[in-house]
Amino acid sequence: MIEINGLSKSFGKVEALKDLTLTIPSGQVYGLIGPNGAGKTTAMSILATLQTAGGGSAMVNGLNVITEPAKVRRMIGYMPDFFGVYDGLTAQEYLSFFASAYHIPENKHHQLVNDLLELVNLQEKHDSYVDNLSRGMKQRLALARCLVHDPQVLILDEPASGLDPRARAEVKEIVRQLKNMGKTVLISSHILPELSEICDQVGILKNGSLVASGPVSEITNGGQNARVISIEVENGLPEMIEHINGYPGVIKVNQTNTGARLIFKGEQKAQGALLKELVQEGYPVLQFAVQSGSLEDAFMAVTGEGKSND
Amino acid sequence: MINTNPVLLKELRQRFRSFKASLILFIYLLVIGGFVLGFMYLNWRQEAVVFNPSQSREIFAMLSVAQLILLGFVTPGLTAGSISGERERQTLNVLLTTELRPAGIIFSKMISSCAFTILLITATLPLFSIVLMYGGVSPSQLWGVFGFYLVSMYLFAAVGMACSTFFRRTGISTVTSYGITAFIGAGTVFLAAFIYEVSRGNVYPRPEGVPLSVQFLVDINPVVVLMRILGEGPPFGVSENWLLPYWLVYTVFYLVVGTLLLIWSSKRLNPLRRSKL
Repeated sequence: MIEINGLSKSFGKVEALKDLTLTIPSGQVYGLIGPNGAGKTTAMSILATLQTAGGGSAMVNGLNVITEPAKVRRMIGYMPDFFGVYDGLTAQEYLSFFASAYHIPENKHHQLVNDLLELVNLQEKHDSYVDNLSRGMKQRLALARCLVHDPQVLILDEPASGLDPRARAEVKEIVRQLKNMGKTVLISSHILPELSEICDQVGILKNGSLVASGPVSEITNGGQNARVISIEVENGLPEMIEHINGYPGVIKVNQTNTGARLIFKGEQKAQGALLKELVQEGYPVLQFAVQSGSLEDAFMAVTGEGKSND
Repeated sequence: MINTNPVLLKELRQRFRSFKASLILFIYLLVIGGFVLGFMYLNWRQEAVVFNPSQSREIFAMLSVAQLILLGFVTPGLTAGSISGERERQTLNVLLTTELRPAGIIFSKMISSCAFTILLITATLPLFSIVLMYGGVSPSQLWGVFGFYLVSMYLFAAVGMACSTFFRRTGISTVTSYGITAFIGAGTVFLAAFIYEVSRGNVYPRPEGVPLSVQFLVDINPVVVLMRILGEGPPFGVSENWLLPYWLVYTVFYLVVGTLLLIWSSKRLNPLRRSKL
């Protein structure tokens, strides 16, 4: 279980985290999304005992990450957003090294390494040098490395970044397996649809603050009062887009081939008022439908600051 | 710790497995061997029939100084990238989230670098044996020189480790390490000369004795100490033995300095003692 309460962190005058409060129950996968510089990596590195906090507290399984870092390290597996591997070591030696770093007896290394390589589907790379592995394989090996000491909590900072679709799918599958193993996983990603598939809950960070948090279904279906509306009109599309761009509650408008797709924040009544206004203004509306929102839409809805028709 | 520390095992494995290790050893022996054998060849050309023991002593002195200079280059070069290199390769954060303690990481990396340097020194023993074969140098002097090398290596390695922990970039760390090593090797004796000259002033007759600072700087200068082990007298008229024998001053001072640098490096490596990684 991860409990973050009022966590803050500043780098000079820049506030990387502002009063972040978050609880992740045991066995859940929590996705942290947000634009670059939102504070995801800072929050994760504080949890990974790599940085001090400016204020507030962060607990992993009831242990304070600042005052009891050694105990916390035994409980977490951390995969940073950018990481390297050691030259001149085979995959087996690499994992065995980290097993030793967690004081796992040497006589258990052989079986442990084989099991981990099997979990991440790298059995055939047992004796390959890690610096010769592809990026996707290195990511999977790093995931295996996080698991050498069988931690209860995994902190994965952008584990699928820079990977091709196949490699991303493989990483996603491993995270699913970790979930089935009962691990508590905090994962960040820019590949938003992937998070929606594997996470129980998601949180959206913006400028160091958590602006939305909850179950994926709640976030994507307008639980945060934001939804995606698709409008089709017979003609007069440019004028309509110009018109709804200034309408209260409209956060972002995208022009499509036959109409517009907009992110709207407001009650259902306000949504109805928008439709009424379009009809009264004489736009020939063929379709006005609330779409089942994606995490990306919710992300854009919550983090979008300006209105645009790009 | 030596048998169980995983960082040490990994470092030794990586270091000794690489082609670079063999290449450095080859170049090191080539340079040192070139000095000795070249010098012997020049002497042999002049006097082909006999080999004078005093010449053997000269070779020994030259070999010892050459080895010291090479140690001054190789040791900081090996250690100055040990922590900053982990940072540049983006492997340090992962290492710091394991159960390994920063002190263990620092000492293991230093020991692995020193192990390689000791290999370099040991590999030159056959060259030193040529000198011993012709006489002119006592075995105690030889052991004294090797003990001196170990102390100097410890200091140079600790300087490299401290710079590597302090600076984020290996390039800056290496240049700074060499700068500090150069100051220890040459700067201390220049500073001693300066203080000595200033202290004498322009009065005549010149006052007897030298300031304690000059005595101390001379006692901690590696080149001067090495020459004194080889039988040369101290410069600037400093006394042969001050409060302690010169070699003991050198050994104690640099073991203390080296240890303090390593403790400082360990504290600095602890991520929760720093505000920013």
